[in-house]
Amino acid sequence: MIIQALVFYVFAAVTIAAGLMVITARNPVHSVLFLILAFFNAAGLFVLMGAEFLAMILVVVYVGAVAVLFLFVVMMLDINVEKARQGFKKYLFIGGAIGLVLLVELVLILSSVVSTDVSVVASVPIPAIDDVHNTRALGQVLYTKYVYLFEASGMILLVAMIGAIVLTLRKREGVRRQVIADQVNRSREEAVEIKKVSSGSGI
Amino acid sequence: MITTDLTMALPEIFLACAATTLLLFGAFRGEQGASFISALSVAVLAIAFGLIFLGNRPEGVAFGGLFVVDAYGDYMKLVVLVAAGFGILMTQRFIEREGMDRFEIPVLMVLATLGMLMMISANDLMSLYVGLELQSLSLYVIAAIRRENLKSSEAGLKYFVLGALSSGMLLYGSSMVYGFTGATDFAVIGENLSVALSTGGVPEIGLIVGLVFICAAIAFKISAVPFHMWTPDVYEGAPTPVTAFFASAPKVAGITLFARVLSDPFGSLVGEWQQIIVFVALASMILGSLAAIKQTNIKRLMAYSSIGNIGYALVGLAAGTQAGIEGLLIYMTIYIFMNMGTFACILSMRQKGTMVENIEDLKGLSKTSPLMAFALTVFMFSMAGIPPLAGFFGKYVVFAAAVDAGLTTLAVIGVLTSVIGAFYYLRIIKVMYFDEPTASFDKPIGGEMTLVLTVSSVFIVFFILFSSPIMDGAALAASALFAG
Repeated sequence: MIIQALVFYVFAAVTIAAGLMVITARNPVHSVLFLILAFFNAAGLFVLMGAEFLAMILVVVYVGAVAVLFLFVVMMLDINVEKARQGFKKYLFIGGAIGLVLLVELVLILSSVVSTDVSVVASVPIPAIDDVHNTRALGQVLYTKYVYLFEASGMILLVAMIGAIVLTLRKREGVRRQVIADQVNRSREEAVEIKKVSSGSGI
Repeated sequence: MITTDLTMALPEIFLACAATTLLLFGAFRGEQGASFISALSVAVLAIAFGLIFLGNRPEGVAFGGLFVVDAYGDYMKLVVLVAAGFGILMTQRFIEREGMDRFEIPVLMVLATLGMLMMISANDLMSLYVGLELQSLSLYVIAAIRRENLKSSEAGLKYFVLGALSSGMLLYGSSMVYGFTGATDFAVIGENLSVALSTGGVPEIGLIVGLVFICAAIAFKISAVPFHMWTPDVYEGAPTPVTAFFASAPKVAGITLFARVLSDPFGSLVGEWQQIIVFVALASMILGSLAAIKQTNIKRLMAYSSIGNIGYALVGLAAGTQAGIEGLLIYMTIYIFMNMGTFACILSMRQKGTMVENIEDLKGLSKTSPLMAFALTVFMFSMAGIPPLAGFFGKYVVFAAAVDAGLTTLAVIGVLTSVIGAFYYLRIIKVMYFDEPTASFDKPIGGEMTLVLTVSSVFIVFFILFSSPIMDGAALAASALFAG
C-alpha cells in the first residue's frame, strides 16, 4: 500500500512538474519533450487506477502520434517564441486572478463532495476489476451498446479530414508528379542511346 | 431490435450515407461538379425532410437510450432542414460568382445538418457532445473556407478556438453531472434527481456547477450574452451565405438542445436554472438592441440582431412551462424565415460585380429596385415585431408565456428592448425609402435568391392566415417534451 502511494506521488509530481515545464521552457522542442514526459507519467497514473487500456492508448496515441507530430511541426515552423510571449506579463495578472478565483471555487465545491454520502451517487453498478478487464469491457460495449457514438465519432473524424484537406491543399503550378503509366510505357529506344566511341579520341 | 433502432434514426443515417456519397462523387468529378453537388445536397435535405414528415417512424428511445425520437425533435428537425436547405441554395450562386466553388462546401453543410439533427435527438450527455462536435467542426471549416482572405481565416480561427473552449466547458460540466447523478442518460439523470429531491434532499452544489457549465457551453453555441463575443467577428468575416447559414440552422439546433437538456433531465431543478436563463435572456435582449444601433456593416448588424432574437426565444425557455416551449418553437420557426429573407437581400447587394455590405449602400433602394426594397421592408418590420407580420406573433407568444409564468418584469423589459431594436430596423427602411440613390445594385439577382425571398416574404406576410399548422405542430411538439 505504501509503495503504491509512493509511486502515485512520484508520478503525480513528475506530471505536474513536466506540465509546468511545457509552458515555461524557452525552447519549443523542449516543451514538446516535457509534454511527452507528462503523457508517460499520466499513463502511469492510469495504470495505478487499474485503467490499463487508457494507459496504453495514451502512450500509443498521444506519445506515438500526437507528440511526434507536434515535434515535427515545431521543428518545421520557425516560431519566434519570444515574440509570441510578449503579451504574457500583461495578461498574467488578470488571467491568474480569474484562474485563481475559479480554482478556489472548484476546490470549495469538491471539498463539499467529500462530506456527502457517496453511496447515493454510484447508482450504476460497476463490475469489479477482477471480473472484467477494462480492455475487454470496452470491447464488449463499444460496437454494441455505444455503436451510435462510435459511428458518430467516425463522422466527426471524417469532417476533420475533409477540413484539413480543404483548408490546406493547394494546387501548385509546375509540380512534376510521378505518372506510372508514362514510366511503364517508356521504350528502350527513347530511353537509351548507344554511341560508338572510337578509342583514343574521347567523346 | 437493431432494425427498430435503425428505422428510428433513418433520416440521420440517410444524411450520413448521402454526405459520404456526395463527397466521393465530388472527389471524382473534381472542381467542376460543385453546382451539381449543391443541387444534389438540397435534394438530399428535401428527402430527409420527407423521411421525417411522411415517415411513419416509431417514437421512443433507440441505441440503448442514446437517441430519442419524439414530436418535439421531429418539429425542430423539419425547421432545421428548411433552414439548411435555404442556406445551401443561397450559397451556390455566391460561391460561383466569387470563384470559390468547391464541392466540399455543400457537403460540409450537409454534415453540419447531420450534426444538428443528432443534437436535436440527443438523449444522453455523450450523444449531445458528439452531435454538437460534428456540427461545430463542420462550421469551423466553412467559416474559414476562404483561406486566402484574412477576415475569413480570422473568423474561422476565432470560432474554432472559442468553440473548443466551450466544448471543454461542456465536457467538464458533463463530467460533474455524471459524477453527481451516476448517469449520462437524460432519463436516468432526471429520475435520479427527482427521486433525490422528493426524499427531501437538496440538489448538490457540484451538480449545480455542472449544470451551469453545460448552460454556459450551450449559451456559447447559440451566442447568447455573455458568451456572444465571437459572433460579430465571425459573422462579418465568414462569406455572407455562410453567415446566413450560421445565423439560422445551428441556432435552432442549439436552442432545441438547450430546451431539451433543461426540461428533460433537469426539469426538477427549474428553480436553479431559471435564474440563469432569465439573466441570459435579459442580457441578450439588451445588448442585442443597444449594440446594433451604432453598426454600419449590415452583417455585424445581423449578428447583433441574432443575439437579440436568441434573447427573445430564451424568454420562452425561461418561463419553464409548456406554453413557453411552444412559444420558443414558434419564435424560432418565424425567425428562420425572417433571417433567410434578410440574408437573401444582403446577398443581392452587389454593385458592379462586387459585394457591398454597408447600410449606406442601401440608399434609395426603393427607387432602384422597388421589389427588393419592399421585401426587405417586410422583413425589417417583422423583426421589429410590428403586426400583422409574423415577427409580432413570435414575440407575442413568448412574452405571453413569460407573463403567465409570473416573469412580468422580464416580459416588460423584453418589450422595451424590442422598441429600442425597432429603431435600427426602421433606420434601414428610412435609408431605403427617404435617401437619394447613389448607385444601383446589379440585376438580376438570380433564381435561387428570388425563390428564397418570395417564400420568406410570403410566409411572413401571410403567417396570420395560415398559422394554424405551425401553431398546432408547435403545441404538439411542446407537449411531447413535457410528456416524457
